[in-house]
Amino acid sequence: MPSIVQLESLSKLFGSFVALRKISLSFQAGRCYVLLGENGAGKSTLLRVIAGLLKPTHGVIRVFGEPKPSDARDRIGYMSHAPMLYDELSAMENLHYFAGLYRERPCLTPRQALEAVGLDPALARPTGQYSQGMRQRASLARVLLPQPDLLLLDEPFSNMDAASARQMLKLIEHQRAAGKTILLTTHQRELAEPVADFLLTLQAGAVNSLVETHA
Amino acid sequence: MTNNNDDSRPTGGLSKIAEGEREARAPGRRVPYSVLHLLKDLRIEWRSRDAINSMLFFSLLVVVIFSLAFDPTGELSRQITGPILCVAILFAAVSALNQAWARELRHNVLDAHRMSAAPASSLFLGKVLSTFIFVSSVELLLAPLFAIFYNLRALGNIWLLLVAVPLGTWAVTINGTFFAALSIRSRNRELLLPLILFPIFMPALLAMVLAISAILSGDSDPSLWIKMLAGYDVIFTTISLLLFETVLNAE
Repeated sequence: MPSIVQLESLSKLFGSFVALRKISLSFQAGRCYVLLGENGAGKSTLLRVIAGLLKPTHGVIRVFGEPKPSDARDRIGYMSHAPMLYDELSAMENLHYFAGLYRERPCLTPRQALEAVGLDPALARPTGQYSQGMRQRASLARVLLPQPDLLLLDEPFSNMDAASARQMLKLIEHQRAAGKTILLTTHQRELAEPVADFLLTLQAGAVNSLVETHA
Repeated sequence: MTNNNDDSRPTGGLSKIAEGEREARAPGRRVPYSVLHLLKDLRIEWRSRDAINSMLFFSLLVVVIFSLAFDPTGELSRQITGPILCVAILFAAVSALNQAWARELRHNVLDAHRMSAAPASSLFLGKVLSTFIFVSSVELLLAPLFAIFYNLRALGNIWLLLVAVPLGTWAVTINGTFFAALSIRSRNRELLLPLILFPIFMPALLAMVLAISAILSGDSDPSLWIKMLAGYDVIFTTISLLLFETVLNAE
């Protein structure tokens, strides 16, 4: 399978703190990678570097062949642990707005994106009044709008109860089945393991292990 | 297929969406990016009224306090109205500018903008336009209050106020929006904004005060100051639009 993200000796420093330490990895298209590690291991930083939100201090990165990930940003969907939605607007209004920001790509309609994550498009409540689970799903709907090829999901199960986490997992399974490449960080290894093709463990900013789960 | 409570289950809708059903159009996709940002800001402000309320509070306070302090007569009021109006606009604008980027920082929405295909300058322009509309709305509310509290009767061509005040307002909003964006990653951003903005805005503030005073008193020709404001606006609008992407993506 072709690799869509390549990292060569990639390091990221915040002042003197080393967040990522000489990481060399290649992420294959259509696979689901679950990133594990303790707090501060560098999982979120790695996703933000791949998303183009942080520049690497040293090393080489290529995303869809582009040396600058921001040049491929409309093919990348990034979901952080914050919902990245406006509290004052409903999910539908948020998605209408974000859909307008992707002109060059054939987007899903906001209704399609909301239905895909199991939210009622007619729900008029502002997202600030949503439960955490609903907010995370609305956030995933925003990510799915431009139909990205690469999904970067940072702690998609955070602050969720067991039922909501299972719903989110189902949504991720659908994306994996649709052939998307997924990089997902979590502390809940047991929850994410069923969808993982690879388990990647980071420790103190370096790769500790990379294990294939589906032979 | 869906319901509106938290127990709603994913429908797997994506897998059911045939290629033909994927719409390349969504509402807002034909609207210019900056207008899209502007409409979003107007809608959010209409619901929250965060900026308008704080702006009204500050500017009304300025108008009332100065009117009590000076007990203005006709001649005095024509001399002091320009500076007081500018102070009121400046305070109102700073209060609006502090709110402007705060809602983009909440829940990391700014990262969603950085990831989107829309040009950074459109986000900036949308933000400037929305702040300009908020500040102008407050000015429209303040205008009759000024006339009443300060027994104001202009001797010059009062219609020139419709040029001078918007030009001055644009100057403070374009500068303020840029420097507010520059300071959003700072912990003391609300303190930092006036510290950076006021010295740079000083030439425009001076031109605005002198233009308004000249129009109200009819003593001198305000055209020089209005031209200076227009020049200032063109220069800072161009610079800000060119540099905003660098500011937005700075770490």
